[in-house]
Amino acid sequence: MSQYDVVVIGGGNAALCAAIEAAEAGADVIILESAPQHMRGGNSRHTRNFRCMHQGPLSVLTDTYDEAEYYDDLLRVTKGQTDPELARLAIRESETCLPWMERHGVIFQGSLSGTLSLDRTNAFFLGGGKALVNAYYACAEDLGVTIRYDSEVRHIDLSEGRFSAAVLTDGTRIEGRAVVLASGGFQADLDWLTRAWGPEAANFLIRGTPYNRGVVLRDVLDQGAVSVGDPTQCHCVAIDGRAPKFDGGIVTRLDCVPYALVVNRDAARFYDEGEDVWPKRYAIWGRLVAAQPDQIAYAITDQKAQGLFMPPVFAPVKADTIEGLAQLLGLPGDALRQTVAEYNSACRDGSFTPGVLDGLATDGLDPPKTNWARPLDTPPYYGYMLRPGVTFTYLGLKVTERAQVQGAHGLLPNVWAAGEIMAGSILGQGYLAGFGMTIGTVFGRIAGQEAAAHVG
Amino acid sequence: MLDNTLSDEAARQFQICNSCRYCEGYCDVFPQLFSLPEMSAAQATHLANLCHNCRGCYYACQYAPPHEFDLNLPAVLAELRQDTWERHARPQALARVFHTHGVAVAAVLIVGFALLFFAMAALRPEAGEGFYAYLSHNAMVLIFAPAFVLPLLGLAVSLRSYWREIGGGWVTWADLKRMGGSVARMKNLSGGAGQGCNFEQGARYSNARRHAHQATLWGFLMCFAATSVATLMHYGLGWEAPYPFWSPPKLLGVPGGILLCLGTGALAWLKLRAEKGLGAARVWGGEMAFVLLLFTVSATGLALYAATGTGAVPALLAIHLGAVLAFFVLTPYTKMVHGFYRMAALMKRNT
Repeated sequence: MSQYDVVVIGGGNAALCAAIEAAEAGADVIILESAPQHMRGGNSRHTRNFRCMHQGPLSVLTDTYDEAEYYDDLLRVTKGQTDPELARLAIRESETCLPWMERHGVIFQGSLSGTLSLDRTNAFFLGGGKALVNAYYACAEDLGVTIRYDSEVRHIDLSEGRFSAAVLTDGTRIEGRAVVLASGGFQADLDWLTRAWGPEAANFLIRGTPYNRGVVLRDVLDQGAVSVGDPTQCHCVAIDGRAPKFDGGIVTRLDCVPYALVVNRDAARFYDEGEDVWPKRYAIWGRLVAAQPDQIAYAITDQKAQGLFMPPVFAPVKADTIEGLAQLLGLPGDALRQTVAEYNSACRDGSFTPGVLDGLATDGLDPPKTNWARPLDTPPYYGYMLRPGVTFTYLGLKVTERAQVQGAHGLLPNVWAAGEIMAGSILGQGYLAGFGMTIGTVFGRIAGQEAAAHVG
Repeated sequence: MLDNTLSDEAARQFQICNSCRYCEGYCDVFPQLFSLPEMSAAQATHLANLCHNCRGCYYACQYAPPHEFDLNLPAVLAELRQDTWERHARPQALARVFHTHGVAVAAVLIVGFALLFFAMAALRPEAGEGFYAYLSHNAMVLIFAPAFVLPLLGLAVSLRSYWREIGGGWVTWADLKRMGGSVARMKNLSGGAGQGCNFEQGARYSNARRHAHQATLWGFLMCFAATSVATLMHYGLGWEAPYPFWSPPKLLGVPGGILLCLGTGALAWLKLRAEKGLGAARVWGGEMAFVLLLFTVSATGLALYAATGTGAVPALLAIHLGAVLAFFVLTPYTKMVHGFYRMAALMKRNT
């Protein structure tokens, strides 16, 4: 049995920010990370950038990105499903976080090739999220934080309305005077996902860590903590169908849809592939594919589309004829030929411009393809399999502006939360690139400062 | 023959890197990789020789083992580099032996000692000053000129064959300048932002290896310059050794020797601490022996200078010259080739 000032549950960005802040304030801190050392860092290990407000150039960020514009961007993706106070706090604090991150070992780089649209709003981590996580672990170690890997917490002891200890799966009690809950969402618990979403969820792929099973979230909710966010929903995007079940990360994305024709298992089209540019549409395609039989879809392109999108990690299926491609993909050949023929005859002449809405739309096709509609007529043909990939879940804990957790009978006096476990307050719907890291950093730091002040 | 399994494995890993791109800022390998429309075996070879084994990409990799994608780019590129050096060497068998087996390097070193002791006993000059009292200048030239020139010729043949394989074209002044700047600062061990690489401290960055390598490189070049200057002074100015401390050969050679000694010592020490599995593990012994050989060359040179005027000079002279001889003869067959291949890779334009 051991006693610490601050017990931090989780080992990703938010947990590390909290641990570093608390340790710098003089607290005796332990991090309980459920993953083994090599897989530490939760979903943060898959991230790549930090969305940051700034008045004028800051570090690698160009120009200005002010609070109003940032907040507008958030409102657009969440359709207003956000807590304005918490959201504005996260946005405002992001500006002071960036230099803090640099001081604690994070190195930024200019936006990566193929992401030029983000060079004003998002600061990229040199080496990506795992390099950030490595820097924070090194920093925490230097500050004397105790780090326990392979330490899944199954229960938070909140008897008498106060945190007293975290109980590990092997029964070990880690006692502390304050706790920061930063153990992520529940997207890696497929049973929970299936109960929440429906049986289709069994066919979903999980893009991030297999260690976000929501055990702590469930345990705290069962003890009366107040929840926020839609318990049935997850952020779900269309990704490569051959991706691993867990942890496929960034490389499983598939950017070909706007330049492709997309069919379901029965070789039928089901949505406008050219509705908008891919960064604005990849998220809805997760749901679209989830609604198809067997939760699967196939994007088909011809030779003309090669080179228009980021190279996928898995080589596409390739054939000289549409029938040949159908056979390789396991699709009904006649039906696919007919779908392609109908689409081709609905394509009209016009100029094709990748990357911008070019208005090259089909004529008399249902559903239409409203941009980039060129006939599939130049072999070889390529086939890409799509499946829904879950990034994170929305259900979380309700917290105050000081990241304190709301219990059944008021605020829990020594319990704070940060990161995905409370992000549902701010991101009620949709996603804004790099904002998860902003929420984690801002509220992780606040939680760590508050917890340290409480025990100090 | 190119090792197809290796270049296939490199291509598999490159495909994943190309879809991720998080490591773009670490070194020259990634921007070049991402600009390629298609990966060929020759391009994989070129990128492998461009890689300085800083290991930044491994520790930052979300797909490193135990992830099922099993990415270990530093290791596969090290293996591929090794394959390049052994494949282009003539004869290949010698390269395989000395790259892999540190014991073989040690054996050549001992033969070098023996040869020099024998030469000094058999060719003892009637008269001479300084070192020439033990081995005449002509005898030294007779031994070292071919031992220096022939291996370099062999290396030139290998480099030409490599340059053709990777499709290197005419070299321009700009290419030389870019290469020179990169080597002089060891830019590819800077980690992209000056934080250094991940060598002896796992996931933590450090500049120790970069600095140790710089000391080795500059120390080596100063020692080489000292010998070159002395040769010019001997033949051009008729100013023969021994030279006083305040003379160009000594002013270059003494600090150069100290730098080389410290640099190689540090490199060996760092190598003991680094993860073996992120390099070409099968040649670890050969690499270590090469570093220690360079250390021996510099340490015995300094010892010889320190022993000036004592009775230890003849023995130390034989040992030092024996080490130099072994180093020269082994140049095309040891880690020494990495510098030449690396410079070639850095000179190749990214078209």
